[in-house]
Amino acid sequence: MFKMSIGQYLPGNSPVHRMDPRVKLVVTFLIIIGVFFIHSLWGYLAVALYLAAVIAVSKIPVMFLLRALRSMTFIVALTFLINLFTGGGGGFRITLRGLELAVNMSLRLIFLIMASQILTLTTSPLSLTDGIESLFRPLEKVKFPVHEMAMMMTIAMRFIPTLLDEADRIMKAQMSRGADFESGNLMRRAKNMVPLLVPLFVSAFRRADELAMAMEARCYRGGKGRTRMKQLKTSSVDFWGVMVSCVLAACIVADHMLF
Amino acid sequence: MSIVAEKVSYVYMPGSPFEAEALSDVSFTIEDGEFVGVIGHTGSGKSTLVQHFNALIKPTSGKMTVQGVDIGEKGVSLNSLRQKVGLVFQYPEYQLFEETVEKDVAFGPKNLGLPEEEILNRVAEAMRLVGLDQKKIGARSPFELSGGQRRRVALAGVLAMNPEVLILDEPSAGLDPHGRNEILALVSAIHEERGCTVIMVSHSMDEVARVASRVMVMNHGHLVMDGTPRQVYTQGDQLQQIGLGVPATVQLSQMLRSRGLDVPEGILSLQEMAQWIQTQSKEAGHV
Repeated sequence: MFKMSIGQYLPGNSPVHRMDPRVKLVVTFLIIIGVFFIHSLWGYLAVALYLAAVIAVSKIPVMFLLRALRSMTFIVALTFLINLFTGGGGGFRITLRGLELAVNMSLRLIFLIMASQILTLTTSPLSLTDGIESLFRPLEKVKFPVHEMAMMMTIAMRFIPTLLDEADRIMKAQMSRGADFESGNLMRRAKNMVPLLVPLFVSAFRRADELAMAMEARCYRGGKGRTRMKQLKTSSVDFWGVMVSCVLAACIVADHMLF
Repeated sequence: MSIVAEKVSYVYMPGSPFEAEALSDVSFTIEDGEFVGVIGHTGSGKSTLVQHFNALIKPTSGKMTVQGVDIGEKGVSLNSLRQKVGLVFQYPEYQLFEETVEKDVAFGPKNLGLPEEEILNRVAEAMRLVGLDQKKIGARSPFELSGGQRRRVALAGVLAMNPEVLILDEPSAGLDPHGRNEILALVSAIHEERGCTVIMVSHSMDEVARVASRVMVMNHGHLVMDGTPRQVYTQGDQLQQIGLGVPATVQLSQMLRSRGLDVPEGILSLQEMAQWIQTQSKEAGHV
């Protein structure tokens, strides 16, 4: 059965959706790094405004982003507490410096999650791997198997829904034979997963085998000389995306210099 | 009464953009010991329907009573229900996981908490029923066996629970004609020997015509026909509209009838048809 998971691609046709995945990847990466250079409230405000603008343009329902944040609450809270108690230096005390550090780190973490969420929500897994492959292309010079890595990622993502379906079916089949997946302590539950995991692994291997055969039958031989149906192209949307992001970068630099 | 459905509807993922009605307003009664064939296209709701029978899913609205248990009620003991209702899924061989065939067949009875001796008896009995030689393959890994044998092992795994109702979801899917015949003969034999209620899902009219004494036709979540195979096949036009068609033998008798031959109603199996043709040609003095 189909389930919406966190960070899953939401199809759309907004300017953010239409941006070249390579540009989106680089911009997101730089924003995430940039966020760690911010010291002042003004800097955070700038990032918040920027992200809010991107979300507004992309027309992603805010609910989806909040859901992702909610699932990360624990990590954010933990980061906050650790920094609060140990950030002041010299023992286990709450200090103003510790509080400042804790707020800083939590905000950075939240922005980091938001930025990566926007990326995966607006970019299909396929174009994402295309973008990664294209960005890593220079590594081929040092014999790094870029195409193979990208193909592995694509296939892995392609099979997630298939295997979820399969897991659902096997689970139901074992439940009809009286298997219990829900009660008992942790050890017992882990043991009870065996009737689900063994068939699931066997079937994953079987599928991999069949897919490899099918690909070979169609003369797949890796990336060499392979052309694409969908060529990645940058357009005016990307230009504007980069421009807006440059403004943010300027804000971050200014923040770093001034405060 | 084995299974009673009253206005059962089922909606997948209600309230989401993926909402879909898989069953709508289905009502019927299945008596003890019946052999029912459920027929329909992919997506007609037949698999959703049979998953209700052992409470893997529960009706969104309406009431389903299986062996006297209302599955929609809260606090119903699912284990005792699943002990009574055995469900064999499509491609059941993919659910095998144990090291040996015997252990895999014993998985169900073990979950029921039966004593060791009883488990051994049931394993032996179930393997005999599906025609597997326990001495030969009982200690082998299920992954070494052929596809057809694995399917029998999976079937034995459900039979070992001694179900009062046996449900099979496309038991012959993916088998060659020979394996298909074997599995169908097996299911018939189990029905006769155990006397349990058997419900078989299929999309092949020929298969259902051969073994079932009652046919239920599903289309777009509705139960559109319900009766003996003979009753159902006389509504050939409607079946054609759904896109199911009638068994080859029924088609043949219709064609013969349109040529002026007086083919009796109710010839369903290939053997009956062959026999009738033989007697006819003898009478006509062709042989």
